[in-house]
This record gives sequence, C-alpha cells and structure tokens, in this order.
Amino acid sequence: MNAHRTIVGAVAFAATLSFLGPLTAAAQEAETPPAQKWSFSGPFGTYDPEQLQRGFKVYREVCSSCHSLKLLAFRNLADPGGPDFTEAQAGAIAAGFQVTDGPNDQGEMFQRPGRLADRFPSPFSNDQAARNSNGGGLPPDMSTLAKARGYERGFPWFILDMFTQYIEEGPDYIHAILTGYEDPPSGVTLPPGANYNKYFPGHSIAMPKPINDGQVEYSDGTPATVDQYGRDVAAFLMWASEPKLDERKRLGFQVFVFLIVFTGLLYFTKKKVWHAVKHDPELLTPRPPTEYNRG
Amino acid sequence: MSANSIYKPQNAFMQWMERRLPIAGLVYSSFVVYPTPRNLNYWWTFGGILTFMLGVQIITGIVLAMHYTPHVDLAFNSVESIMRDVNYGWLLRYLHSNGASFFFVAVYAHIIRGMYYGSYKEPREVLWILGVILFLLMVMTGFMGYVLPWGQMSFWAATVITNLFSAIPGVGDPIVTWLWGGYAVGNPTLNRFYSLHYLLPFVIVGVVVLHVWALHMVGQNNPTGVEPKTEKDSVAFTPYATVKDAFFIGVFCLFYAYFIFYIPNFLGHPDNYIPANPGQTPTHIVPEWYYLPFYAILRAIPSKLLGVVALGASIVLLAFLPWLDTSRVRSAKYRPLYRQFLIVFFLVVIGLGYLGSQPPEGGYVIAARFLTAYYFVFLLIILPLLGLFETTKPLPNSILESVLGEGVRAGASAPPASGAKV
Repeated sequence: MNAHRTIVGAVAFAATLSFLGPLTAAAQEAETPPAQKWSFSGPFGTYDPEQLQRGFKVYREVCSSCHSLKLLAFRNLADPGGPDFTEAQAGAIAAGFQVTDGPNDQGEMFQRPGRLADRFPSPFSNDQAARNSNGGGLPPDMSTLAKARGYERGFPWFILDMFTQYIEEGPDYIHAILTGYEDPPSGVTLPPGANYNKYFPGHSIAMPKPINDGQVEYSDGTPATVDQYGRDVAAFLMWASEPKLDERKRLGFQVFVFLIVFTGLLYFTKKKVWHAVKHDPELLTPRPPTEYNRG
Repeated sequence: MSANSIYKPQNAFMQWMERRLPIAGLVYSSFVVYPTPRNLNYWWTFGGILTFMLGVQIITGIVLAMHYTPHVDLAFNSVESIMRDVNYGWLLRYLHSNGASFFFVAVYAHIIRGMYYGSYKEPREVLWILGVILFLLMVMTGFMGYVLPWGQMSFWAATVITNLFSAIPGVGDPIVTWLWGGYAVGNPTLNRFYSLHYLLPFVIVGVVVLHVWALHMVGQNNPTGVEPKTEKDSVAFTPYATVKDAFFIGVFCLFYAYFIFYIPNFLGHPDNYIPANPGQTPTHIVPEWYYLPFYAILRAIPSKLLGVVALGASIVLLAFLPWLDTSRVRSAKYRPLYRQFLIVFFLVVIGLGYLGSQPPEGGYVIAARFLTAYYFVFLLIILPLLGLFETTKPLPNSILESVLGEGVRAGASAPPASGAKV
C-alpha cells in the first residue's frame, strides 16, 4: 500500500543525486566511446575465430612492436574458444618468435625459436628499456588490457547495464582509442611528444597513431580500415583477457537450466508442504518427520 | 515444545551413539523439531542464505589458496594463472569474488529485516550484537580478500584503509608501520593479509555457532513482533523452514549465477586488472560497492580523525540499537512513524553508497554531509525519541490471529488478551 510512495521517493531521491553530477563534472571530459557490435556480447555470445585471427595479425604486425602479451602462451592460440588455430599453425607462429632460454651447460643464455609452451616474448627486455624507447611512456602489457580499461557509465547506466549485460566498455574503449586520433582543436596545446585523442581521458596520449588504413593486409576480403582493425584487435585483446568466455557462457546456460528446474521443484515442494499451514491453519500441529518417535 | 525435542532413535547404533555423544539429538532438536513462527516471510530466509554463502566462500577459498601465491611479484600473475590454466579456475575465482558481493547482499538484507521488524529487542540483544560482530568480521575479511589479487585497486585500497589508523593521535604512525610490517604497503602486508584472510572465515564460523546458539535460546522474531504463545503459533523447522530456505537459496543462486556467468566483472573495478604499481595512484580510489556508504561517511567529514571516528561509529552504533530504540513495539508494521524514518534511513544509506563511488568534490561532498547527518540523527536522536512519542497501532493478540485476520476465526484459539497491546 505504501510501496508506491516508497518507489516514487526512491526514484526522486536517485534523480536528485544524479543532478549533482553536472555540478562537479570535470572540464576536460573525454568523449564517450561509441558502443560497437561484438560477437561475444550477450548471454549466448561467442568469439568469432576469424575475427580473432585477424586481430592477432594486427597485434603481431603492429602492437607487438611495443606492447607485451606476457600472460599468453603460444599454445593458447590453439585452445578451444579462441582464434581456432590448429596446433601446427600455432607451432609455426611460435617458431617465428625468438625466445631467450637458458642458462645452458656453459652457463650462457641463448636464443631459440619459440615452442607451443612458451609465453609471448616481450618486445623490450625490461620496463626501463621500454620507457627509454617510447619517450618515457611505458606501453602497458596487453594480457588483461581489455578488462583493465573502461569509462565512467554514470547514473542510470551503471544500473541498467546489469540487465542489458553491457560489459564491453573495455573493447569499446580500445576501438575508440585507435579511431580517436585527431588534430588538436585550436587553442589546445599538447606537451611535447604527446598526441591528441578525443577518447583518451585528458586527450593527451603518449602513443602516436599506431595504425593507418591499409597497413595490415587481410586475405579474406575484410575491409582494411582503421575502424575494422580497431574492432578486430579489440576482440582479440578481449579474448586474451578472458580466454574462457565461451566456456563460461556455455556452462552458464546449463547452470541456469538446472537452477530454474531445481528451484521450480523446490517451489512446488514448498507449496505442498505449507498447504496445510496456509489453508487449514487451525488444524495444524508441528509435524516432525515420521522416522522419529515423538516424546 | 520441549517434549518435541526428545530424540529417541530406533536404530541400535544411533541409540548406542546417543548415550555417548548426543550429536544427532542436538541436530534433531535444533534443526528438525525446533519451533519456528509460522508467519515468517521470505526476509527470514537470509540467515540460511548467509550460512550457504559462508560455505561457498570457504570451499572455493580453500581451493583458490592451493593455487594462489602471496608475493608482491607473483600474486597478480598467480591469480591470472588460476583464470587461465587451472581447471575451472575461472569458475572458482568468479564464484569467490562475486560470492563476496552476494555474501554482503545477503547480510544487508538480513540487517534490513532485523531493523524493520525490531529483531534486536529484548530478549535478542546478544543475538543482535553477535550479528554486528559478524558483520565487522565480514568487512575485515572482505577487505583483505580484495587486496590479494594485488591489482591497482587492491594496493591503493590497502594503502588508504591502513592509513586511516594514522589519524589516531600520538600512536597513529607507529600503528600503521606495525600493520604494514614496513614503511609502506608491501610484501609483509600482503602476506599477513593473506594469513588473516584465511583465518577470519573460521572465526566467523565460530561466531556463527554462537549466533545460532543465541537464536535457539530466544527463538526467532517474526513479522508481528509478538512472541509465539501456543503450539499453533509455530511450525517445526523441518520440513517447513528447511524447504522454504532451500527454495529461496535456489532463487538467490539464480541471481548469483547471473553475475558469475554473464557479468562476472561488473561489480569489480577495471583498475584491478592492472598489476599493483606503488608509483602510480589511480584517478579515483574506490572500495568495493559494499563499503561505499561507509566510505562516503569517512570522506564527508573534513577532519581525518573525526572521519575515522564517524566511520567506526556508523557500524559500532548498530550494536547499541537495542538500547537506542526505546519503543516497546518491535515490528515496524505497527510503528507508522518509525517505518517512515527507517525507510528514509535505508534510502540514505543507498544514497551514501552512490556518493561514495563519486569523486569527493563539490555537490557530492555537501550531499554526503547531509546524508551522514541523517544517518547519525536517526540512530542517536530520532530512534530514542520515537519510542517515547510515537502512537503505535494495536498489536494482534497472537501470531495465529495475525495469520487468520482479526475477528474472523481468531476467537477460537487466541489466548485471552494479556496486555499485549501497547
């Protein structure tokens, strides 16, 4: 009876709070990354192996010259729910990388071609070397990047996202950064060596525009545009961050079918057990199970 | 009711056992014939849900501990290796990290129910205080668990929260150094947090045993707040409460599973997938969602020391509810004014939660100050005064009468009115 009033109150209250936002909004707000269509979104989403293969090509030919992918092993490329390379293909990719191994019997470290069990070698031997080659900025490792990036969704989206299952802020952000390079608007001066990106918080990004149209060749007729590269590499990085996504959603569906049936059965059991309490309350006496004698 | 609790096993071995260790009899009297008010609604299932979640957290936690490495250089990667290389490691970890959130969902529902129906009142004060202690233990355990993945938020949350102790005059800084095991949050800090994160859940189990023991001494409260008077006011725990709890644990698991399988990182912060970096402070340091109201209270107060005091008081004051609330009527159902103020109180806590997630500047701080003021005014002024001035609605004579509806068939079994109306 008072529920309506309570709900109205709650909504009014939340609305009041959300208006406080603009009062404090920072001046240099970055543009919101536009939401892309991802094959892996939603309860039945799965990775598109061809897209992951294209994304891997972009990573290998462009990103990997500065960004490491330390947590990924070559064997992962042949794992189910991934880019779907065969083990032979993954082995060939591994062999194309030089990996430091050792020390050998002479106590020396040595280089050898990569194997399936190896993790992706990093482009720089350490963080200091990476900074030194990149004007002081450290290119972040990309193993968990797609889950480590996002942007402020704000009220009421952060609540609605729960129901729409919008959790692709990370890939959307990565795609946006790759497509967000522009000439700085007049009146904006950037620190030396910095670049202007409309989606980067603060707009001043150390990474120069990494990729241009036509830079990576696609053999399957997919358009070779920055927009497409961005989508493909973001999908690849999402897989690198969350390699068990396909398995998770598949198991989730099975768990849901089980839980709904099981909870439904419990509901009807409960209804039957409580029938006497609800419908003939006067007659009810506590009724222990029959295996036991009552004193 | 006592007659019901006599356990007479038929089986020869159980008879032999019962004369030596009457554990089956204890279970029988506590969880089978134990009388439970017949009018309990679904808010009363959260006790069972909490027990279930504690079990889930301990079991998943023990397996995770088999694969986790508590070292600043290895912790982040060991968690990632659980996610990538351990069989169903991703499932274990998402069960555990979302399990913490759903543990808090359940405990907040449990607390809301206790406050709404006045479950803390005489004779349930000790039961309630044990509950507040359990909540405090959960807060500590959850916080230390959040530090273990050693991501950016882990590290900086640990830094911010341990630094709160530096507000203590005189001995603050030595205490912080002692907590850290060094001069900054580092490997010793991570190691002790891991050790305590493993220990505290078993302390929680111990206090839960006391909590259930105290519950079984005084019996459950119920939506009317009127104590059961005759046998007809109660039903046996098994099958009635057991099946109802089981059903609602199933419903709860549907929500829990939704988060685990479809939006497993929704309640986390993206920054925690960046390895901890003491040299780089995140733009906004925010705790997990379940601490946000308290975080907002902390930041609403300009003085650091008073902020910490307010933070502590906001939880510790709850332990004094049985005495802060002066009304003799338990249930908010019969306390129209209390009901209004209490619902506003719950909304204020939600509002504080939202403000805790926002940067501490401008309008947010002003709003947080107003809401913090209401939080304490409600507990310290409104509650004591309400009991003195509020006109309450007439209480039913018995639980049975409230179930049947007044005046219809109640006359048959309702005991004579004995000053139950306040």
